[in-house]
Amino acid sequence: MMRRPSRFTSALFVFALPLAAGLRAEDKVQFNRDVRPIFSDTCFQCHGPDEKKRKAGLRLDTRETAVKPAESGDIAIVPGKPEESEMVKRLETTDPDDVMPPSKLHKKITPEQIAAVKKWIAQGAEYQPHWAFIKPERSAVPRLADIHLPDTGWKNGADGHGDWTANPVDGFLLQSMAAKGLTPAREAAPETVIRRMSLDLTGLPPTPAEVDAFAQSWRTNGSRVAVDKLADRLLASPRYGERMAVQWLDFARYADSNGFQSDTSRQMWHWRDWVIDAFNRNMPFDEFTLEQLAGDMLPNATRDQIVASGFQRNCRLNGEGGRIVEEWFAETVIDRVETTGMTWLGLTLGCCRCHDHKFDPITQREFYQFFAFFNSSDENGVLDDFPGAAGSRQGGNSRPVLALPSPEEEAQMAKLEAVVKTAQQRVAEAQKQLPQLARDWEARFRETLQEKKPAWQLLAAEARSEGGATLTRLEDGSWLASGKNPPNDTYTVTAPIPAGEFSGLLLEALPDASLPQQSLGRNSNGNYVLTSVEAEISAPSLPQQLVADFTRAEADYEQKGWEVKQIVDDNSPRRGKQKDKKGWAIDGNDPAKRLPRKAMFVTGSPLTVPPDATIMIRLKHEALANHNIGRFRVSATSLPPTVVKLNGGDTPKEIRDILDLDPAKRTPAQRGALLKFYRENTDNPASRADTALAEAKKKLEDFSRTLANSMVMKELPQPREAFVLIRGEYDKHGDKVERGLPAALPPLPAGAPMDRRGLARWITAPDNPLTARVWVNRAWEKFFGIGLVRTTENLGSQSEWPSNPELLDFLATEFVRLKWDMRAMQKLLVTSAAYRQSSQVTPDLLERDPENRLVARGPRFRLSAELLRDQALAISGLLVEKIGGPSVRPYMPEGVWDETSRYGDMRNYKADTGEGLYRRSLYTIWKRTASPPTMMIFDSPSREICTVKRSRTDTPLQALSLLNEVTFVEAARALAQRMILEGGTTPEQRIAWAFKRATGHSPKAGELEVLANGLNARLARYQNDIGAAQRLIAFGTSKPDPNANPSELAAYTLTANVLLNLDEVITRE
Amino acid sequence: MNCNDHHFLKLALDQRVALTRRTFLQRSASGIGLAALGALLGERLAAAPAAASPGGVPAFPNFPAKAKRIIYLFQSGAPSQMDLFDPKPELARRRGEDLPDSIRQGQRLTTMTSGQKRFPVAPTIFNFQQHGQSGATLSELLPHLGEVADDFCIVRSLFTEAINHDPAITFMQTGSQLAGRPSIGSWVGYGLGSENKDLPAYVVLTSFGTGRRDDQPLYDRLWSSGFLPSKHQGVKFRNQGDPVLYLSNPPGVDRDARREMLDELSTLNQQHHDALGDPEIQTRISQYEMAFRMQASVPDLTDFSKESPDVLEMYGPEVKTPGTYASNCLLARRLAERDVRFVQLFHMGWDHHGGLPTAIRGQCRDTDQPTAALIKDLKQRGLLDDTLIVWGGEFGRTIYSQGTLTEDNYGRDHHPRCFTVLLAGGGIKRGLTLGGTDDYCYNIVKDPVHVHDLNATILHLLGIEHTRLIYRYQGRDFRLTDIHGEVVKSMLA
Repeated sequence: MMRRPSRFTSALFVFALPLAAGLRAEDKVQFNRDVRPIFSDTCFQCHGPDEKKRKAGLRLDTRETAVKPAESGDIAIVPGKPEESEMVKRLETTDPDDVMPPSKLHKKITPEQIAAVKKWIAQGAEYQPHWAFIKPERSAVPRLADIHLPDTGWKNGADGHGDWTANPVDGFLLQSMAAKGLTPAREAAPETVIRRMSLDLTGLPPTPAEVDAFAQSWRTNGSRVAVDKLADRLLASPRYGERMAVQWLDFARYADSNGFQSDTSRQMWHWRDWVIDAFNRNMPFDEFTLEQLAGDMLPNATRDQIVASGFQRNCRLNGEGGRIVEEWFAETVIDRVETTGMTWLGLTLGCCRCHDHKFDPITQREFYQFFAFFNSSDENGVLDDFPGAAGSRQGGNSRPVLALPSPEEEAQMAKLEAVVKTAQQRVAEAQKQLPQLARDWEARFRETLQEKKPAWQLLAAEARSEGGATLTRLEDGSWLASGKNPPNDTYTVTAPIPAGEFSGLLLEALPDASLPQQSLGRNSNGNYVLTSVEAEISAPSLPQQLVADFTRAEADYEQKGWEVKQIVDDNSPRRGKQKDKKGWAIDGNDPAKRLPRKAMFVTGSPLTVPPDATIMIRLKHEALANHNIGRFRVSATSLPPTVVKLNGGDTPKEIRDILDLDPAKRTPAQRGALLKFYRENTDNPASRADTALAEAKKKLEDFSRTLANSMVMKELPQPREAFVLIRGEYDKHGDKVERGLPAALPPLPAGAPMDRRGLARWITAPDNPLTARVWVNRAWEKFFGIGLVRTTENLGSQSEWPSNPELLDFLATEFVRLKWDMRAMQKLLVTSAAYRQSSQVTPDLLERDPENRLVARGPRFRLSAELLRDQALAISGLLVEKIGGPSVRPYMPEGVWDETSRYGDMRNYKADTGEGLYRRSLYTIWKRTASPPTMMIFDSPSREICTVKRSRTDTPLQALSLLNEVTFVEAARALAQRMILEGGTTPEQRIAWAFKRATGHSPKAGELEVLANGLNARLARYQNDIGAAQRLIAFGTSKPDPNANPSELAAYTLTANVLLNLDEVITRE
Repeated sequence: MNCNDHHFLKLALDQRVALTRRTFLQRSASGIGLAALGALLGERLAAAPAAASPGGVPAFPNFPAKAKRIIYLFQSGAPSQMDLFDPKPELARRRGEDLPDSIRQGQRLTTMTSGQKRFPVAPTIFNFQQHGQSGATLSELLPHLGEVADDFCIVRSLFTEAINHDPAITFMQTGSQLAGRPSIGSWVGYGLGSENKDLPAYVVLTSFGTGRRDDQPLYDRLWSSGFLPSKHQGVKFRNQGDPVLYLSNPPGVDRDARREMLDELSTLNQQHHDALGDPEIQTRISQYEMAFRMQASVPDLTDFSKESPDVLEMYGPEVKTPGTYASNCLLARRLAERDVRFVQLFHMGWDHHGGLPTAIRGQCRDTDQPTAALIKDLKQRGLLDDTLIVWGGEFGRTIYSQGTLTEDNYGRDHHPRCFTVLLAGGGIKRGLTLGGTDDYCYNIVKDPVHVHDLNATILHLLGIEHTRLIYRYQGRDFRLTDIHGEVVKSMLA
């Protein structure tokens, strides 16, 4: 929306207030309509509910306090006596010290406003509570007979009022129009009505066949019946849920990323799909509310209900390195309070986080009582980032989450769980034999202890670099690399190996002063990545080499994402080569981490080594260029694979001491320690059972980690404590508070629990004065362009006086009467005669009602970002209609995610290649710190916080998007192709065909002429430049028809480009 | 009424003068829509009545502005004040000693260092020198800035409230640590509108630093219009492809073909307007015309081929590489020449928790010469007098070392309690060094300047009284400076 100021406006900027025009002498002044807006805007800041900011002890928002003497002794308001009222004197004085409001506030009050205040005092200064805090009363539907109107010209009614008698909405509107001397506009053409309603209810334009069928029905049955059937059809369409969800996603701050600095990925699309489905099932709004605020707490909650509770998990989660968890926990909960207040109640509760509300009767304490409903979820309020967390700075969800396995996956889970159970039983059985086995072992073990060699035997090795580095042997048996540092070196180590058993290798990497950064690796930053370890044993007696199959690897340090076990996974002969090499790295770029490191590689079962054998070991570095180890040595072990440890598996002194004791004199603790040592360090039935159990558990855990999940709420058994946070700061606790509801609003419904369930029931209790009004007001905004109360985001005392209060309250009570049936309410609105009006406007009407608040014409406004794209895809036939699923990646300019961040896992955006390019826009992947740019250009919010209202601007960047963005150009080409193939044979026929697809109606003669002339000019242009034609039609991923004449297709493409840019097409009219 | 009558169109347009006033009154009551009169682009349109204001709120500027435009050189990640601007030579003797509790006073630390057992003092290893007549003291890492030291003001006593990057940079930009508020550039564009009809009022340029290549990410929110109409959002020029999104015609469509197509579109839209009477259609037509003009003006803007070799050399060798800080500085000058109201550069890479000496050298190499060149270049063109330059980050860094302190290596954690910002140009007192910190560069001891004060001062220099630049949203009046902020008079020329 863009209008220009004129020079006359400059003096009038700032706070002009709505005042019922033409207040006449005999009128009764209504406090809420005429006076409260003045007080709220100019007085309450210092003389309102906020006790701490109150000046002069004067409180003007309640009559009781306003009529009492203030600190000065003066009485602000003397009912019936404006001349004695101090307030009037202060408003009228020119003395800069006394005048109210004080000049430093820069708040102006007009003579008309002062007159209204005086008159109100003269009439007795009767207060009313703010209208939105009073339960709406059902207004009587105005009777047409009572409204004096000229003939509206609507044809299908005997009295000339036509259908304006059929729908209660129209009665209210006609009455307010009549009061202002306006009459309704004529009925729009059926082609306009079906396009309007299709876009409003499904977000997609009607097909030409749907338009024709509707026009036929309109002629046959009359417009009212036709429209009634159309509304039923559209409301039952699965597209309806998608259309409604778009706005709800804004409210819920839904996104595919966690927000804040690293802005990693998360997975909440199951919740998004729940919303679509809930709308498509026409879930009543009270249930819709309950499941989203407390679905997890319902008795026997279903999976869907728990998923629904993810509404409050859509908030951002901070994962920044230095974050203070307590601080961001508080922010997370506060975000929920603000979102709930704005989404359901139309209240700006956020104002009370630091102080009592300046305008509304809500205290800071009440804010934190509300806070207490949301602070007891089993979470820490920040991005999970600990080992094993589902979510981390690498991306993923943060606790609590609900796993969402498919039926097949559930079966697999059950199998794995059964394996765990069996393994647990085996452990229990094996444990029984343990004491006897341990006694047998002890005698043998004491003997071996006497003659024990070190577990790891350093190999007297020869080493060489295949990549040409120089390897020098140092005194400690390690090899130091120098000279050439090839991108991917392999070190080959050969050494004699004693006869007996071979079960593993120990690799030690060592820092050296000669290495870059005095570190361990040869890369300039001091790091290395080892990607594979292979070992073969050969001996004269062996017919072929023995190849070691390392199945276990451990290191004393590993870099996150570069764990040593990846070597084993990748190295195993069973697995073959993977494409992306990963391996073991040690943060060698971090000065604090440049310490000696060890890794061991253990075989599944020992190899038997014959005499005179040689081992050949290959250490490969194949992941990153130049990341070769700088200095290393290698040892081997003959200990059993289950026993060997990184530190050698030496027997600790504590155990040796116990062994030296007489068994009879050992304490129970000592006996236990010995048993434990035996169990963990020898090959025995219990250790085998333990290993099997650990493996079974790991498999179960690994598998469950691959399952889809969604973030949900999960209430702690004991609620967390809540406090008033002084000035809203997390570390400044004031009074402890319990859950509670603002005193200015009704109490919790009888029998409802004081938790999120009760809160949801309270929100949708019939006597809650706000919820229904908030919902119907936003529905009105959706269909008529502007709310009955303009401030759809705020119904508090700073909100606008409704343009039609009786209608608003009628609708609010009707919503409750219809048991919160959203579809029925929408049908009521779109089947009104008002909705069917033409949006043509006359200068007179523009002058009298520039914003169409009285709805004496059809509203007309630009389509939203999502609808513009969806419509282009639909008109061209490219749209892939498929509901739900993981978010998709349509076209996005190169580098949008990468130009401003090298953090997190949402980088290097690659557009999908197939249907993901053509799905509806609400499925587009959403990274909050770099949102889809075309969406932002068309006024989408960033989804960082709850947004209930988008601005509606008109900018050149929007023109550039619609003209040049590949989606829109490709859509134009697809439409052009269909024009040629399906649209008839002459240019005029084809243009008319496409025009109808785009606008819903046929072109007028003048329009057809302009378009045909343009097409002819372009045909000539592209016949002379076939190269240009070919370039144009090749734009986009889908392929043009190979049989098409390129020049012709290119010319038609630009014609289609014109059509998709017509104001009429990008506007819902 | 015959709505197809051409007379109707004229009438409708004539009516708009009176009409807009009424509309404006009504809308400003709730602050939605029309109070936002500042356009993304200048609004002196053929179809519109000549307006006195270039598209901002008519009340602004409140008083004669010292600066007509601003170039804000944001150093993202937080440059270390004690290594660049705020020397503490006495500290050399205290290397490795623990930061005294009397200095730290139990103030909170980030969780990156709150677990450290010791807080060893890490004096800077860089030398400082005095420059120019003012004797401004700067680190040896900033030799080029030293050459223009008499042109800027050093504020050593800025402080903020946040301790982590995301909330801190959001606070600098919007006056709130949390998402949702308009950025400073959006406020200025909203208040003052644009002087240029072919370019956005608020342009954002970004570059990665060589000090820490992965650091710090930026967010759309930093140039978002928040609750102001989204046409006030900063237009981020891109470093690859079209500088402005979707600026280029698709392949195979040249400027002539586009012109023809737009003529056709315009004729059809005009016909539709004649039938329907909605003035918004006229606005749409004019936006398409502006888009067409931008397609010519932006490439002209980003074409450095006519810059003299002397000028290019002044900005340093990287000026010819698009997306570098140097290149962005030159682009900023070209934007300033075209009267773009608010140009903001974000240079990343200043977050030096470890390896600071190496990293900060890289950052200074990126920024020192081009920043100095920008000041010189504006000066030689007579533009420095009415262009405000700001150079600074989102907080400072700790005097104690994060991680191990060695002879030539240390790191520093986040420090919100004091940091340094430079200001130059329109209305700024030149050669001034303002404010002081304690012996450990930890607490401010003289002339503290809060972020709100800095923002109030910036608005002041642009002719805006910060308490009056207000937008009504959700029933509340919002300001860039929230309910705080004092203009720092001592900073003013």
